[in-house]
Amino acid sequence: MKRVYVNEEWCLGCHLCEYNCAFANLGLKDMADALKGKKIFPRIHVEGDEKISYGVSCRHCEDPMCIKSCIAGAISKENGVVTIDRSKCVGCLTCVLVCPYGALAPSEEGTMQKCELCVKNSCGEPACVTGCPNKAIVYEERG
Amino acid sequence: MKREGEVRIPSGCAIAAVISKDGNRMSGQKIYECMKPMHDRSNGLGGGFAGYGIYPEYKDFYAFHMFFDDRDTRKNCEVFLKERFEIVKSEIIPTRKIPQITNEPDIWRYFVTPLKSMMEKMQTDEKEFVARSVMKINTEMKGAFVFSSGKNMGAFKAVGFSEDVGVFYRLEEYEGYSWTAHGRYPTNTPGWWGGAHPFTLLDYSIVHNGEISSYDANRRFIEMFGYKCNLQTDTEVITYIMDYLIRVKGLTLKEAAGVIAAPFWSTIEGKSDPAERERLTYLRTMFPSLLVTGPFSIVLGFDGGLMALNDRLKLRSMVVGEKDDKVYIASEEAAIRSMEPDAENIWAPTGGEPVIIKVKDGAY
Amino acid sequence: MSIRYIYPEFEVVRNENRCIACRVCERQCANEVHSYNEEKNVMISDETKCVNCQRCVSLCPTRALKIVKSDCTLRENANWQNDTIKEIYKQAGSGGVLLSSMGNPKPLPVYWDKILINASQVTNPPIDPLREPMETRVFLGKKNGEIERDENGNLKCSLPPQLELSMPVMFSAMSYGSISYNAHASLARAATELGILYNTGEGGLHEDFYVYGPNTIVQVASGRFGVHEDYLKAGAAVEIKMGQGAKPGIGGHLPGAKIVGDVSKTRMIPEGSDAISPAPHHDIYSIEDLRQLVFSLKEATEYKKPVIVKVAAVHNIAAIASGIARSGADIIAIDGFRGGTGAAPTRIRDNVGIPIELALASVDQRLRDEGIRNTVSLVVGGSIRSASDVIKAIALGADACYVATAALLALGCHLCRTCQSGKCNWGIATQRPDLVKRLNPDIGSERLVNLMTAWRHEIKELMGGMGINSIEALKGNRLMLRGVGLNEKELEILGISHAGE
Repeated sequence: MKRVYVNEEWCLGCHLCEYNCAFANLGLKDMADALKGKKIFPRIHVEGDEKISYGVSCRHCEDPMCIKSCIAGAISKENGVVTIDRSKCVGCLTCVLVCPYGALAPSEEGTMQKCELCVKNSCGEPACVTGCPNKAIVYEERG
Repeated sequence: MKREGEVRIPSGCAIAAVISKDGNRMSGQKIYECMKPMHDRSNGLGGGFAGYGIYPEYKDFYAFHMFFDDRDTRKNCEVFLKERFEIVKSEIIPTRKIPQITNEPDIWRYFVTPLKSMMEKMQTDEKEFVARSVMKINTEMKGAFVFSSGKNMGAFKAVGFSEDVGVFYRLEEYEGYSWTAHGRYPTNTPGWWGGAHPFTLLDYSIVHNGEISSYDANRRFIEMFGYKCNLQTDTEVITYIMDYLIRVKGLTLKEAAGVIAAPFWSTIEGKSDPAERERLTYLRTMFPSLLVTGPFSIVLGFDGGLMALNDRLKLRSMVVGEKDDKVYIASEEAAIRSMEPDAENIWAPTGGEPVIIKVKDGAY
Repeated sequence: MSIRYIYPEFEVVRNENRCIACRVCERQCANEVHSYNEEKNVMISDETKCVNCQRCVSLCPTRALKIVKSDCTLRENANWQNDTIKEIYKQAGSGGVLLSSMGNPKPLPVYWDKILINASQVTNPPIDPLREPMETRVFLGKKNGEIERDENGNLKCSLPPQLELSMPVMFSAMSYGSISYNAHASLARAATELGILYNTGEGGLHEDFYVYGPNTIVQVASGRFGVHEDYLKAGAAVEIKMGQGAKPGIGGHLPGAKIVGDVSKTRMIPEGSDAISPAPHHDIYSIEDLRQLVFSLKEATEYKKPVIVKVAAVHNIAAIASGIARSGADIIAIDGFRGGTGAAPTRIRDNVGIPIELALASVDQRLRDEGIRNTVSLVVGGSIRSASDVIKAIALGADACYVATAALLALGCHLCRTCQSGKCNWGIATQRPDLVKRLNPDIGSERLVNLMTAWRHEIKELMGGMGINSIEALKGNRLMLRGVGLNEKELEILGISHAGE
């Protein structure tokens, strides 16, 4: 399955992926219009320091801890993509606690959100990948 | 308007040639008759012929065919010739007055042999000495022009349609084992007798149809080796290239064809024989500036044979036919049929494929 | 100093309606122009530091930024122009030589733009490169061997060493040190994929790049940095650098700050020491000395590799080139006065040397007049900007062209001309690891390959239009060129006629 991978060697720590992610999932036409003056809630987070940095997002694990831990049955796997049904989420934060990658975080409304590979928005390819200026984030099949 | 030599002249044309592999001599009439069906390929601004084996009685002497603007020029030039050559015979080339051919210069021929002392002084072999002398006359003597300088061969050319030029020069009175012919369609010149084809140097003569796009690349390269392109025509530069490759560098005809109409790299790489591949790569790498591009079909006449060659894309028509001991080459099949109605094996050689026909050893 | 004599050259214009304060500009500017005011949640700029490299503009996700030339001007004066006055202020403040980077930006004539190319009409056919083969392959090296045959009369096909190029373009010398590891990686990989060559410059060859040796020209310059036997043998050819178009007559100086880590190791000099290349080679004070170095290098490489001698285009270039041709060199590279540099004294860059077009024309003609043009190949650089410049150079007589600035542009360079600062925001002219990593060689090499592929298509189109289907038939084919707006002397030197003639 194709996944989002990060080549930390090429990550510049510019944080563009976070903005592209937040924008892509708002469903608006213009980025300035969408994000001007707002706090963003991206599903990818750039970690690291000045020397090394990398974006972290959901790994879509084979056997995801988050699904097992969800008390509301809001998390499931569809075609290999781990997704959240936000109408079911009760905001207990258990998934945040168990995810070894820190890939889940609360959304603006308080329900949980995570990277769903842009399958539900209109981007087609993950927005963090297409927007990365240095091919540090790639979307590919790896053995 | 600038005269030929001051400006580059592109031109289209008709060519034809015949050769007897057995060395049987043919009258020049057939060759000029055969140009008639190709009349529309010329525009009356130049026609000419080369005959081989036409001077058997003087075969050991270089036959200089020359144009002179006037008597004084000729007298001066003869002084120069006498300094370098022994002249065994000099005469006006016989012509026939016809209304189609006008404004002729003085047309003379000299049978000469180089003076040994002069050759030794210049430290050259005989052919190099003759070539340099011709080059000197043609560059330095205004109003004098050597248009033929080989042994036992001669070029005949004029401003006019080629079939008329043949009549003018009384070619039916000559017999040769091979003949080449040319009708010219220059696009940029009032026409000048020296600019007509064939173009010759020593026993090499070239008739050519085409306008080569590599002209200045070829010219600027070949001029490094003592050649002077006075006429600024394609034919002239191709003649010098052939002389350089064959006489000076010692390539065979086939090898020379592999230089001027070198196969595409993709063709070379596709050759199954590694020696062939290596040879062609070597020739292309060694003489890149002598590759001739753009459309051309040429017939190179030389002592004892002919070589016909098309550019490697075959952008000009050229067909070959046979009958008995004879081989015919022409821009159009009609010309071949005119010479030999029953010609067989008519084929169009592919681009870059040289057709080399040699007279049997000892038969010429 | 309390008085600021120079007003900033550029203004950072931020469209506040579009700025989302994502701070990408701040993170991407090594010059620290941008900063974030947390209290007001706005981005602010310090224009005094801006070099107009356009990195922030290129990465701003909402296109909220543009950099414009400041309209704060001094009183107009045709003689004392703005730049001239500012340079005076700078020197009055610093007491130093002015430094600049990249090529001469002055409005001196660009002859390429005054030369037009021919096309076939009626009397011979143009050739369609989409339908017919169109050959751009060239071989560089001596082509003056005697024809020899074996006892059976077959040709002996041995040639002096040749460089084979798929098209008549190579990437010219830029040292590891002056440009980054990733820039070198991009050039090396692209050259290999394209079937052309790149050039190490005078910085040695990083051990990671030995694998690209068959597509590498290794340079030997006056500082001899990084030169050893394996280095010489690693490349496809060896280039002796006598001069550079941007700074003829002077050497080079890579500041110690850039001699770090692998750069120091590759140059074989201690970390932090300045790498100073002398103005002359101290073993070459004359032409006969050059001959000795040429043959020393041939000995070292067992006569298997062509030796290139690179010189700057200076007044007497034709005679110099003739001397080089007779020194045993296989290839002469001439660098015109518009050639780029990582750092050069401004006065030298802007005032020394001659245009490559004129140098090329006179050298090619001189070598032909002497009958030795085929003993040497001619490569020209010093601002070859496009496929049509390449075509014009070949038709004037070059065998191939060197390009560097165009290659750097493909890698992202925006010609801000401050390479000497070492803070290249595009990861090219810098050794700072955080900046170097901005140039991902996967992207860089792909863009270089794209650029050259595009040029190759254009070269083929232009050749086809002229009815020429092989690049060798274009070499020195000056009839294919005409001048416009050139005087008789210029036309005479270029060896071309005026348009309409």
